[in-house]
Amino acid sequence: MGYRQRVKSYDLIIVGAGIVGTACADYASQEGLRVAIVEPGPIGGGATAAAMGHLVAMDDDPAELALSHYSLNLWESFTGVEQIEYSRCGTLWVASNEAEFARIPEKLARLAATGVQAELIDREQLYRLEPHLAPDLCGGMRVSREAVVYPPGMAHHLLNRARARGAELHTNRVIAITHHGVQLADQTHLAGTVLVATGCALPELLPQLPIRGRKGHLVITDRYPGVVHHQLLELGYADSAHGHDDSSVAFNVQPRPTGQILIGSSREYGSDTPDVSMPMVRRMLERTFRFLPRLRQLDALRIWTGFRPVSVDGLPYLGNVPGQSNVWVAAGHEGLGITTSLGSARLVIDQWLGRATAIDARPYDPARVAA
Amino acid sequence: MTEHYDVVIVGAGPAGLAAAEAALAHGARVAWLDAQATAGGQVWRRDVEHGWPPRAQRVIEYVTQHANATWMPQTQVVTAEASELLLQNESRAWRISYDALVLATGARELLLPFPGWTLPGVTGAGGLQALAKQGWPLAGRRVVIAGSGPLLLAVAATAKRHGAHVLGIYEQASAATVHNFAQKLWRWPGKALQAVSLRARLAGIPYRCGSIVTRALGDSTLQLIEVDGPRGVERFECDQLAVGYGLVPNVELAHALGCAMKYEGAHPCIEVDAMQCTSVPHIYAAGEVCGIGGHDCAWLEGRIAGLAATNASIGASLLRKQHHARTFAAALREYFALDPYIHDLSEPDTLICRCEDVPLRALEDYDDARNAKLATRCGMGACQGRVCGTALAELGRFPRSGLRPPLFPTRLATLGELHSSCSQGSIP
Repeated sequence: MGYRQRVKSYDLIIVGAGIVGTACADYASQEGLRVAIVEPGPIGGGATAAAMGHLVAMDDDPAELALSHYSLNLWESFTGVEQIEYSRCGTLWVASNEAEFARIPEKLARLAATGVQAELIDREQLYRLEPHLAPDLCGGMRVSREAVVYPPGMAHHLLNRARARGAELHTNRVIAITHHGVQLADQTHLAGTVLVATGCALPELLPQLPIRGRKGHLVITDRYPGVVHHQLLELGYADSAHGHDDSSVAFNVQPRPTGQILIGSSREYGSDTPDVSMPMVRRMLERTFRFLPRLRQLDALRIWTGFRPVSVDGLPYLGNVPGQSNVWVAAGHEGLGITTSLGSARLVIDQWLGRATAIDARPYDPARVAA
Repeated sequence: MTEHYDVVIVGAGPAGLAAAEAALAHGARVAWLDAQATAGGQVWRRDVEHGWPPRAQRVIEYVTQHANATWMPQTQVVTAEASELLLQNESRAWRISYDALVLATGARELLLPFPGWTLPGVTGAGGLQALAKQGWPLAGRRVVIAGSGPLLLAVAATAKRHGAHVLGIYEQASAATVHNFAQKLWRWPGKALQAVSLRARLAGIPYRCGSIVTRALGDSTLQLIEVDGPRGVERFECDQLAVGYGLVPNVELAHALGCAMKYEGAHPCIEVDAMQCTSVPHIYAAGEVCGIGGHDCAWLEGRIAGLAATNASIGASLLRKQHHARTFAAALREYFALDPYIHDLSEPDTLICRCEDVPLRALEDYDDARNAKLATRCGMGACQGRVCGTALAELGRFPRSGLRPPLFPTRLATLGELHSSCSQGSIP
């Protein structure tokens, strides 16, 4: 077979079928583009499968808040899709001391400035909302419109929509980015603009954009409907999420629509095996029991780990790869990739199409790393 | 604080008991544990009316009463970390360590889906035997035993002993195959004797070969079954259906410990050398977990493992007997190999994963267990695919996906409160 016969041409070749890659495929195909998506493994089988699936606005960084808010609005059109298991349980941030409680009004103001509605919850309301919380907490902040989803279900849904519009899935591995597209492991060549959305594996294709894997553990329980009603987080969560310690844990518990309770979260650099670390699980559960002592008596069914793709500054790389006009990137979302996948897809593809972006794209420009 | 023992034995069936007896006889301090409340395992399960079989009773008394033995009933190993096991029972969690570990975790039933298999009144063959021995009322109930292999005869005998009206035994292997197998039994006189005595006890109960239960029907509980055999398709009423297509080794703990596996058909079992040593030093395995072989194999291998674990010498005749017992197991496997027809009984709406209610239809697009699990929840439930993953492997769909810790549903307190300063994560 001659070389020419083995080349297929597309407008856009998306590498990686996690939630970010499939969101890009969905949006690009919706815009009428001819799309290929290349994925050697399961759909949504990487960080997407390991994630909690909490749709949340994080307000610690203005760029992060802008992207999460933009994305949360886009999520609203998916609420009725069964496969996604969308559940609007709301987020309840819990203050474990007066100092944390006193800082809530600032957070409320920051969120309100972007358009996110949240409310202060006093001590009495806190226990009405979540009776099983430890008795010595001070109150909290509720964001009622936030939700939880099943991320691999979303990746499948987005991919199926894209395929229904003609996008083609190549179950294959990209071994190299070429001048005109990508080369696959079976020597096939795909021609077109390349968009790399491979999360933790980004440096394999784009070594100039550093990514570190930040390992996390999750524990899921048997079915206990009604024990927890909201996604519960400690207000100190951001210290764990944004700190640079080699390892940290934070209280982060989620009610699944099945009645199961999903328990996080740990953050750990320096471990590159997916093995479950029982000492880390113990630390995480100790933190959980401090806030929800009731969980001690519940049965855990499974523990798993995953790796969050972390960029140099914690913000995703969304845009054109410096020096490679034909190569674009959407990767490095750390722990917010489920929430921000939809906004990220639009931001990248709108830039590529030369359109105005809905939010300022500069904070995520990969050029910040090369510069 | 971690409790330390010379030898720890997981499983108190024939293999575990033989290992315990051998290790105790050589002066070892032994801990033995089992998820059940009483020793004996599946095959020597204590009958509430009739007690243990005499052979089991003797060894259980010896091991239970021995000063160097610690018996931990209703105890499960939930995780395995470097030479330590995390255990839990109903009220506490603790850790034990060992110089040598014997895995005698036995086997579970191979449950294969067919239309109606999830109806109340339908169980595994071994499941019915266990229920009967635990005193579940069978008197006067119309019972059908189906599936394959000599286990069906033992189950029928137990059911009959407990007053059931056994309507028939339906063996999937053809009459010619069963006849040829019976012709070979002289090589294992003990087995021949057992078969003769079982047949005598089952006098009057029809034994139909080449017959497969293809469907169970009923509104909310079993009422009717459909059998396909040499006489064509028949339907008749019954109250209880027990289907046993064989057993599958419980290798989950061995897997967590990193022991190398081999495959017997579609299912993994532990690879051991002649001394029953696994690929991991100081970890031994015996009985069904090394490949389905029946309680004679289990007993002999347990004894070898117990001796090896205490560095005692192992006689050549013991090894010879074990080899002979394994040849019987191989013959059983050969003669009672499953008819591929059994693989195709399920219909699109037949449930494959009972924990998560996943029908066969939902799995059609998947050729990989993890992909199927992520998309359909198949295997995400409390049993972690022990039933559906095993069935899908047997049916030739795809191998079971990796098991995640813990090995069994485990109290969060057990997983969360076991710092070295606090070894007992008891529930407040």
